[in-house]
Order: sequence, then structure tokens, then C-alpha cells
Amino acid sequence: MSTVAELPAGAGPAPAEQLAARWEEPRTVRAWFTTVDHKRIGRRYLVTASVFFGLAGVSAILLRTQLAGPEAGLLSPQEYNQLFSMHGTAMIFLFATPMLFGFGNFLVPLMIGARDMAFPRLNAFGYWVFLFAGVFMWASLPAGAAPNGGWFAYVPLTDEVNSPGLHLDVYTLGLLFLGISTTAGAINFIVTALKLRAPGMSLNRVPIFVWAIVATSFMVLFALPALNLDNGLLFLDRRFGTHFFDPEAGGNVLLWQHLFWIFGHPDVYIIVMPALGIVSAVLPAFCRRGLVAYPLVVLGVVSISIISFGVWAHHMFATGLPQLSLSFFSAASSIITIPSGLQLFAWLTTMLLGRLVMRAPLLFVIGFIVTFVIGGFTGAMFALTAFDQQVTDSYFVVAHFHYVLFGGAVFPILAAVYFWLPKITGRMFSERLARWAFWLIFIGMNVTFFPMHLSGLFGMPRRVYTYPEGLGWDPWNLLATLGSYILAVGLLLVVVGVVHALRRGKPAADDPWGGDTLEWATTSPPAPYNFPVLPEVHSLHPVWDPRTAESVAAGAPEARTLAEGRQTIRTSELDARYEQPIEMPESSLRPLVAATGLLVVFGGLLFDWYWVAAGGGLLLALTMVGWLWPPAEPT
Amino acid sequence: MRGGVAAVTEPAALATELPAGRSTGWWGMALFIATESTLFAALLGSYFYLRFQAGPQWPPAGIRPPELFLPLIMTALLLPSSLPLLWAERGIRRGQQWRLRAGLAATIALGASFLSLQAMEYASSLEEFTFTTDVYGSLYYVITGFHGAHVTIGLLMLTWLLAAALRGKFGVRRHERVRIAALYWHFVDLVWAAILFTVYLSPRL
Amino acid sequence: MEKAERRATMEPTSGRTGRSPGHAPAIVVLIATLVLTGCAGDAPSALDPAGYGARRVEGLWWLLFWISVAVFAEVLLLLGWALLFRRGERTKVRRGDPVRFVAVAGAGIPLIILVTVYGLGLRELAALGDGPDDSATTVDVTGHKWWWEVRYAGRFGATANEIHIPVGERVRVRLRTADVLHSFWVPELMPKTDLIAGETTETWLHAERSGSYRGQCAEYCGLQHAHMGLRVVAQPRAEFDAWLAKLDAPAPEPRTEAQRLGQVAFTQGTCAACHTVRGTTANGTVGPDLSDVGARWSLGAGTLPNDPGHLGGWIANAQVSKPGNAMPPQPVPAAQLPNLITYLESLR
Ligand code: HEA
Ligand code: HEA
Ligand code: HEC
Ligand code: CUA
Ligand SMILES: [Cu+2]
Repeated sequence: MSTVAELPAGAGPAPAEQLAARWEEPRTVRAWFTTVDHKRIGRRYLVTASVFFGLAGVSAILLRTQLAGPEAGLLSPQEYNQLFSMHGTAMIFLFATPMLFGFGNFLVPLMIGARDMAFPRLNAFGYWVFLFAGVFMWASLPAGAAPNGGWFAYVPLTDEVNSPGLHLDVYTLGLLFLGISTTAGAINFIVTALKLRAPGMSLNRVPIFVWAIVATSFMVLFALPALNLDNGLLFLDRRFGTHFFDPEAGGNVLLWQHLFWIFGHPDVYIIVMPALGIVSAVLPAFCRRGLVAYPLVVLGVVSISIISFGVWAHHMFATGLPQLSLSFFSAASSIITIPSGLQLFAWLTTMLLGRLVMRAPLLFVIGFIVTFVIGGFTGAMFALTAFDQQVTDSYFVVAHFHYVLFGGAVFPILAAVYFWLPKITGRMFSERLARWAFWLIFIGMNVTFFPMHLSGLFGMPRRVYTYPEGLGWDPWNLLATLGSYILAVGLLLVVVGVVHALRRGKPAADDPWGGDTLEWATTSPPAPYNFPVLPEVHSLHPVWDPRTAESVAAGAPEARTLAEGRQTIRTSELDARYEQPIEMPESSLRPLVAATGLLVVFGGLLFDWYWVAAGGGLLLALTMVGWLWPPAEPT
Repeated sequence: MRGGVAAVTEPAALATELPAGRSTGWWGMALFIATESTLFAALLGSYFYLRFQAGPQWPPAGIRPPELFLPLIMTALLLPSSLPLLWAERGIRRGQQWRLRAGLAATIALGASFLSLQAMEYASSLEEFTFTTDVYGSLYYVITGFHGAHVTIGLLMLTWLLAAALRGKFGVRRHERVRIAALYWHFVDLVWAAILFTVYLSPRL
Repeated sequence: MEKAERRATMEPTSGRTGRSPGHAPAIVVLIATLVLTGCAGDAPSALDPAGYGARRVEGLWWLLFWISVAVFAEVLLLLGWALLFRRGERTKVRRGDPVRFVAVAGAGIPLIILVTVYGLGLRELAALGDGPDDSATTVDVTGHKWWWEVRYAGRFGATANEIHIPVGERVRVRLRTADVLHSFWVPELMPKTDLIAGETTETWLHAERSGSYRGQCAEYCGLQHAHMGLRVVAQPRAEFDAWLAKLDAPAPEPRTEAQRLGQVAFTQGTCAACHTVRGTTANGTVGPDLSDVGARWSLGAGTLPNDPGHLGGWIANAQVSKPGNAMPPQPVPAAQLPNLITYLESLR
């Protein structure tokens, strides 16, 4: 530390004050709309995605109530079909991914020791687009024009002839709109993780959660275009009479399925990967030791993201593809279980070697392991084409994907909620409430979704708004419905717990769990500039490493305090060597204006008001011109 | 290793050799191009998928294989249009404003002529078939039109650069935006080669 | 990575260290239920196969099931061990990084299992692909929103929502769709095959016991996807041949006055525009052929039982029980309805 100590100290205002002046945003309404702080944006992602989860969850409760008994009349088939389509679409696109992006937004800059995301204004823009796209889609439900083609909207059911009305236009445009946000977020995460890591955080010291977010983002970049193309082509077919999916004029209906699943399969890992990252982040704190087999886990993360692009046709096993491609996709689907197995055993071994501290986040991780493994097994069963052809499109599949989605993603998300709540809000939650919530959710989840394996095996197809009695399906459906009510109570308790913590919670310590990653090295909640001094990283567990604390102790070099401007450090991609400080943008209204322009574009397209859409495009373009205009600065 | 970090983190080390390494903006654009390339790959992949599912005759009965004359001229305009841009970028790195302005103007001119020729080509092919004729028509117009839209956006970006360049906004150390926008143009430019092959050449193979 | 980097000098600074979670393995109970309910009465259960294809798959399922139970037990064992013995202040945190153990347990062993299972799965896949040749009895099934049109190669007539096959034989099934995608699924006989717009797909059935097997459309096809059921009736060859012969013959003539009046109402009313009854002037093709409607298992592809009461209700307004289906409410005069019902009931 010799060079550091020699720096002159004491001249001018203290760095912390200088930083606060540079980074703090006024508490005005305007500031609420212009903020670019990744923590505020991350929080907004979390809250918005939770609201969408609540809406999609309530839809599910309605579905379950309708299915509680045979021949029920609670919902008309129109209502049922819109509700299940919105439930699936919203859970996947408006809840799971944005929720995890919300955690990523809040945590990635903190975990890598940076002051914000690489593109803070793009980040704000991404949030507004997500919000608008979500509202765009949900608003169609009360209007009776919600998507009704299922979450994968197979043609020709979804073409103009078979689905007149706005339903599917809401779907295609809504997802294209939302895709802009997801793509922007993915680029932002990758660049942030590549360029803004604290000095010394070489690739082998990057927290698994950050690895997972980066791998996820890469999957987004390479998978989402297929979905966007699919939706673009369908929109053209519906509105402008092209023939991509029209067999009468040379088109092909399976093209839709290929493109959808080239996106769709990676997408399920896009959802589960950050969730697995959460598990890897939570476990060390509650096992009191680092994660076992870090290199293997990273390898697992990276290989899942690659292999996931080679298995899509396992969603099309019953479409009559040639046997050869069936066996290929069957093999690839079997292989992709291996990286998950690696991670699973890394977690189990960590638990076996450590000392468990039974707190709510760990409970949810255990719930995750139990349920995710069951879902994984049924996935591995589907990988065998012969078996899949029997159960595909039955409730057995519904059981599989809720075990992996609820078990694999929602449990980790809940673990994350409890784990980082102290950091995000600065408040501790009630452990008692959390435990009640856990048990209700764990039991409710299994009672809801396990019977679906059985009804599926007993021949019940999915997406039926009702079913005849006497086919042996009744008890299992009733059980599932009861389970879903238990589940709902449990989830409500989570909400109660969070609100309670916000209102009554004890102030949280900076590091209540003894975590190992850098977010625990700053205050709870973190100051707008995250770290008064950007740390230097020497190991995989920086917070457990006294050298990190030394690196931020008084007298740290100006190069890592950067109090003169609104700055953070740019480092090299692989070994995180110091490159230079970079200027971070101030808050701005432009992201909101640009997102509004896009909303006008998509609204105009939806209602056929093409001039309005063009106006929105102009607004967007003009905003961008100003946004990216070179700032006046000295040469 | 600790010494190494310290050496480069000293303020003295920072003052020299700016900028070092690739900027965040560069990476952002590179990743954006990666995702856009995937989009084009998926689109061209769909072309071949539909073509091979559609049966032996391609283009389908009633439509002649595309003319090559105009597209080749268009190629001759678009592919070299990256050169003046490269030259302009080199120029501004040395602080030569005139090179930046001239190069940008040349690229814009080439790109705009490309678009005009594409409009001419549409005018003649629209007489024969439209995007509602059959799947071939849909593919032909959507692929070329989608690329045309990218060229248009690229041109808007270059025009915007030129406007800033005319105000003297760029200099020896401040030309990040030129570099990034140029990257996008090169991409738009290269994608055309893939489209030329898919839409114009492959039906003749 | 250096060992020194993995220091774990940590203590939670707040919160209590919790009590036992207790284990509520509701899951184990539920697995037991699954085993016990392998055959569930009258369910069209994939676990109660009556056909060759379904039986092969059932075998595969039990294999996969027991492997899963075994691996799951292993996972629960490790987890349970950690939960029981790795807690409390006196537990010593072990350092070390057993990468090799993770690699073997998490990748090596699963890989061996997967390769084995994959090989067995390929065998079953090949078995499912082992359909009959062109000389076999061939059924042409066309999916409509939301009913099944059934024809037999080389035969003139058609029926709907009910497929008769000879027991103990491999029967070829060719699948087409008139509109959107559907999927042909009779769980007790054979896994699914989708009906793809613009293509013909193929599957086959081989019933090992005579009986009537419920099937249902499994690909979401819109409003009434829930009511697109079908039956496969497997019967001895002779019975089947007799049934098939009727398919080429005209429908039975009316034998009573009421039936005759019903026929008139049918052929001269709106019905004939959409429905065919062989041997009459009714030759519409929008809806199902009704030449043997009196003998069918249901009305509206499994929506209603086939009896006079429901038939009357269906004709008057089929939108009540199957909203959205392609048959509009029929303004049949009250006086004619009983005749119409009697006539249709006589078509068997
Ligand atoms: C988070 C989401 C998620 C995850 C993680 C997975 C994980 C997997 N999925 Fe799943 N899947 C979905 C979400 C997900 N899936 C959804 C949403 C659908 C339906 C879409 C729709 O139709 O609406 C679907 C459907 C689906 C199908 C198509 C079913 C059909 O429609 O017919 C298939 C087929 O192969 C499949 C396979 C797999 C496999 C092999 C895995 C593997 O990755 C699982 C790996 C994990 C394990 C296996 C457990 C841990 C490993 C061990 C303990 C090691 C030992 C294991 C063995 C020896 C087997 N999935
Ligand atoms: C992440 C994904 C996810 C999640 C978490 C869920 C959660 C649930 N799902 Fe969902 N589901 C899908 C993804 C998901 N699902 C998908 C992709 C499909 C396929 C759609 C298709 O076929 O196209 C599907 C289909 C599907 C079906 C099949 C419909 C059919 O085929 O006909 C059913 C039926 O029971 C169902 C039920 C449920 C239930 C009961 C829950 C429960 O877990 C829900 C519990 C949640 C709540 C009860 C909300 C409670 C929340 C609060 C109280 C908080 C309120 C919050 C605020 C106010 C901020 N789902
Ligand atoms: C506009 C066309 C149309 C008209 C007119 C019409 N039907 Fe139908 N009918 C259908 C269609 C389509 C179905 C299949 C509905 C379904 O199951 O989804 C059907 C089904 C039926 C069925 C059930 C068949 C089965 O096996 O499930 C009966 C019986 C029937 N119609 C009788 C009649 C009678 C009697 C009339 C006249 C009074 C009539 N239909 C008029 C179109 C029509
Ligand atoms: Cu036909 Cu579902
Ligand atoms: Cu998949």
C-alpha cells in the first residue's frame, strides 16, 4: 500500500461528500422519471415483475378453479383460452425474465464493484419499455382482446383466418416491443460484466451469479432474434397478406415451430440460469464456506448455454420429423442434463462440507433442490422420444414445466427476495413469517403440480377448458386446485412479509449473512454511488478476504475513489486490469421519452394507425439524435 | 500481481495512453451486431427452409429467377462504400476533419445510390409479382426490404455523424462515435453479401 | 486457485440460527400414490395399455420411473445427511474442494445412466416406427375444428369421431387436417401424432384386446379443443368387416311415418347443406357424415351422450353445450323436431 499512503490527504471536501453531490438524485417527481440509478431501476424491475406475477398467478387461480371439477361453468372457453395464454405468456416473458433481470440490475454492478451499469440510460430505457410492453399486453385482457393462441401461438390457428381480431396482434407486437427491452438489458449486462469489474476481478474470480447473468444475456442475444423474426413474419402474414406460414401458397407451418423453439428452448434456460446463479450465491453464506468446484459450475453454466441451442426439436417430437433427427435431438436433450447434474452435486457437496445455517433463504434453496430435481427428471424422460410422444401436450408436460419453472425459478427467486431484502431495503424481515410462507408454498406447490403428472398419464390433454367426468381425472384436478389455493396463501405471506419488513423491520446490518460477494461490502441499502472507494479484488470471496477491506481503507488512491466526477473504473475484459476511469451519464428524461415513442409506434401498429406509428418513430429518432449527440467537452 | 495492479492504477499511469482497450460503446455495438446478425441468419435460414420444403421448382411457377444485372451494380456500390468510411475514421484519428467529412459524404452518397437502385429494382419486379403472390414473393421483398431498412438506418446514423462532424464535434481523442457507427455500417454492408448470395445467386445454382 | 483465497471467516451478525425444518416429504407420499394408482379405472390411461405401441412406452416409463426414484433417493439422502448432521455450532466446516467427486457424481454416473437409457429409448422409438405396410387396413382421419372425419381407403362412405379397427392387426392411420393443427392421441393404444396443415402424417394402431378406447385431440386447436374426443373400437375381424361393409351402403331407409317425416325435414331443411346421409339428397360436407349417427358413442365429438334428449338439444342449439362450434342453432319447428330425432336415431 506504499504508493497509496504517499498521496496527499485532507485537501478539499471529503470524497464521500463529493461523491454524494455527484451521484445523489433530488427527491422530486421529475427525478423519479429521470433516474438512471441501477438500484432504483432494479427495484422497479422487481416490483413491476412481481405485479405481473400476481396478475398471472391470479389468472392461474381462475384456471384452477374452473378445472376443480368436471364440466364447470365458471369461465367460458373464450375466457379460459385468453387466461391460460396470458398466464403462460406473462409468467415467461413479463415475470420470470424481468424478475431475474431485476436482481441482475441491482446486483451485478454491486457484485463486480462498479458504480452503475455500463449504459445507465439504456438501462432506464429498458425498464420503461418493459413496463409499457407489459401494460400493453395486460390491458388487452379487460378489453377481451388478449392473446388466445397459447404461449407458443402455433400457426395456422393464429393466422388471420382462424384468429380474427386483435388477440394475436397484441401477442406479436407485445413480444416484439418487449424484446427491445430484453435485448438492451442483455447487451448492458454483458458489457458491464466485461468492462466494469473492479480491478483484480479476473474471470476466475467472477461470482457465479454474474457468470449466470452473462451466459443468460448471451443466450438472449442469440435466441431472441428467432422469436422476433417469427413474430414479425406472423404479423406480416396477418396484416399484409404475406404467406410465410400459409401452406396453400408455399409457406410452411412448421417454420413457426422451428423458429419458436430455437428461441423457446434456450429461453427456458434463460429463465433458470440466473436462478441457478442465485442458488450458487445464497449457499456459501449459509454453508459458511465457498462453493465447491467453482470451475465445474462455471463450465456447467457455459455449456448449458451452448447446448441449449441444439435441442429445440424436442418440443416437436410428435410432428412427424424424420427418425434420424428425432434421435439426434433426443441425444442432445439427454446430454443437456449433465451440466445441471454438475451444479446440483456442487451444491450438495457444498452443503455436506459446510455448516448449515437454517434461515429462510436456505429453506427456499432446499425447496428448490427437491422440486427442480423432480422437474429435471421428467425433462430427462421427455428426452426419450418414444416416451415424449405419449405424454407431450398432456398435463404431464404441465407438471414438468411447473416443477422446473416454479421449483427451478420461483423458489430461487424467493430465496433471493429474502437473501437480498436486507441489502435492497436496509430492513430485516420476520423469519417466522418467512417460514410459514415457505412451508405453505412448498406443500402447496407439490400438491398443485404433482397430481398433474397423474392426470397427464391418465390421458388428460393440456389447454382444455373443461373435461368430462368419470375419466379418472377428477380427484387429481380437485387436489391440484386445492394445492393452488394453499400456494396462493403462501405467496400472499411473502408479500405480507416484505411489506412488514419495509414498515416494521429492524434495520439490517451491512452484511447480515456473512456473504462473500462485494454487495456485502457496502452499506444496506447502498449509497447511490455504491462504493465510496471501488475495491480491489484478490480472490473469489472478496468479502471474506481482508485484502479487500484494506484496499478500501482510508487513504485509498484517487484512481479508485474517483470523487472528482461521476465516474467508475473501466478494466480489461479478461484479467480486469485498470484501463481508465469513465464518465457515467447524468439522469435524463430521454429514456422515458424514447420508450414513449416506441409505445406510440406499437400502439399505432396495433390499431392500424400507421401514421401515428410513424409519428412515434419520429419521436424516437429525434430523441436518439439528442441522446447520442457528442457532449461538449474539451479536446 | 499486486504490484502490477498498483502500477497501472497510479494516477500517473492513467494520464498517459488514452484511450486504452476497447470502450464500452464498442462492445455494446459489437453485441448489437451479433444479435442482428443472428436475426439475418434466421431470416436467410428461413428462406432455405421454405425453399426446400416448397418442392423442386424455385422460384415457383410463373416467376422468373431474379435478374442479376442491377443487384451486381448495387453490390459494386455498397461493398466498397465501407472504404471511404475507413479512410474517414483513420483521418479523424489524426485530427483531419476534412477527411472525416469527405469520407462520410462519400459513403452516404454510395449508400443512397444503392437505395435508389433498389427502388428501381422493386419497380420492375413488382410488375411481375408482389409480396402477396406467394411465399417466394414474401421472402424476396421481406428479405431485401429488411436489409434496405437497415441501410436506411445506417444512412441516418452517418448523416447524423456528418452533421456532428460539420460542427467539429470530433477530434483526435474524441471519435468513439465515428468508430461505433462505422462498425454498424460495415455490418450492413457485409450482410448484403449474404443476401446477394441467398436471394439472387442461390436460385440459379 | 490458492487455498488461501477460500477463507471462510464469517459469522452472521444478526438473526437466530433456526430450528429444525422437519421434513414433510409430502412428495414421497405422492410418489407412493402414483405407484398405487398405476391403473385408474376407466381413465384413458397410458399406464393401462391395450395396444402394442402404448405397451412398449409403458415399459419405458416404468424403467424411467424407477431410475428417477433411485437417483432422487440419492439426492434426498445427501440432502438429508447435510440437514441432519451438518448443523449446529459444533459442526466443523471442511475446507477442500473435491472437484473430482462432483465430476463423478454429477457428470460421470449420470452419463452412464443416460447413455444406457438413451439406447433403450432408441429401441422403443424404432418399435414405434415399425408400422404396417401399404397392404394393411388404412384409415384416413381428417381433423376439423372440432371433430374428426373418418374414412377408409378404398371405401366411399365416411363416419365421424369413431374409428373401428380389427383387433390384433396393425392398422395404418393417415392424418390430415382441414384447418389448424390437431393431434391424434389414443393413450391406451398409441402415442401421439400431430396433424400438420399442408402435410400428411402417419401413425398406426395395434389393439391387443377388443374394446373401446377413448382418445382426444391433444394439440390446442382453439375454442373447443376441449371437446374434440374420439373413440377407437377394436373388434374381431369379422365384426369389423361387417361394420365396414355398411360404410359403402346407403343409410337405412325410414321405416316408420315419423322417421319418414324426419327424413324429409332433414333433406329439405338446412341440415342437408352441411351434412351427408348416404342414399339421400343430403350431401353437405361442412359437418360430419350422419349416415350412422344413431350408432355413435357421442354427439359433438364427446360433448354429449348420444340419446334422443341430448340429440334434440344439440339440433336446437349446439352452441349451448359446445359454444363456438361450426353448427349454428337450427330453427327446426317444434312439431318436426321429434321426427328428426327419431329419424337420426334410426341411422345405425
Ligand atoms: C426453467 C425451465 C425449464 C428447465 C430448467 C427445463 C429443463 C429440461 N427440460 Fe423442459 N420444458 C420447460 C421448461 C424447462 N425445462 C417448459 C416451459 C416446457 C414446455 C413448453 C410448453 O410446451 O409449453 C418444457 C418442455 C420440455 C420438453 C418437451 C415436452 C413436450 O412438450 O413434449 C422436453 C423434451 O425433451 C424437455 C426436456 C427438458 C430437459 C432434458 C431438461 C433438463 O435441463 C433437466 C436437467 C436437470 C436434471 C435432470 C436434474 C438434476 C440432475 C441430476 C440429479 C443428475 C442425474 C440425472 C439423471 C441421470 C437423469 N422439456
Ligand atoms: C414461471 C412460470 C410459471 C409459473 C410461476 C406458473 C405458476 C402457476 N401455474 Fe402455470 N403455466 C406456465 C408458467 C408458469 N405457471 C406456462 C408457460 C403455461 C403454459 C401456457 C400455455 O399452455 O400456453 C402454464 C400453464 C398452466 C396451466 C395449464 C393450463 C392449461 O393447459 O389449460 C395451469 C393449470 O393448472 C397452470 C397453473 C399454475 C398455477 C396454479 C400456478 C401458481 O404457482 C401461481 C401462484 C401465484 C399466485 C397465486 C399469485 C399470488 C401472488 C400474490 C398473492 C401476490 C400479489 C402480488 C402483488 C399484488 C404485487 N399453469
Ligand atoms: C352450417 C352447417 C351445419 C348445419 C346447417 C347443420 N349442421 Fe349439424 N353439424 C355441423 C358441424 C360442423 C358439426 C360438428 C360440430 C362439432 O362436433 O364440432 C355438426 C354436428 C352435428 C351432429 C353431431 C354429429 C356427431 O357425430 O357428433 C348432429 C347429430 C347434427 N349435426 C345434426 C344436424 C341437424 C339435424 C341439422 C339440421 C336441422 C344440422 N345438423 C344442421 C354443421 C351443421
Ligand atoms: Cu383439435 Cu385440439
Ligand atoms: Cu425444451
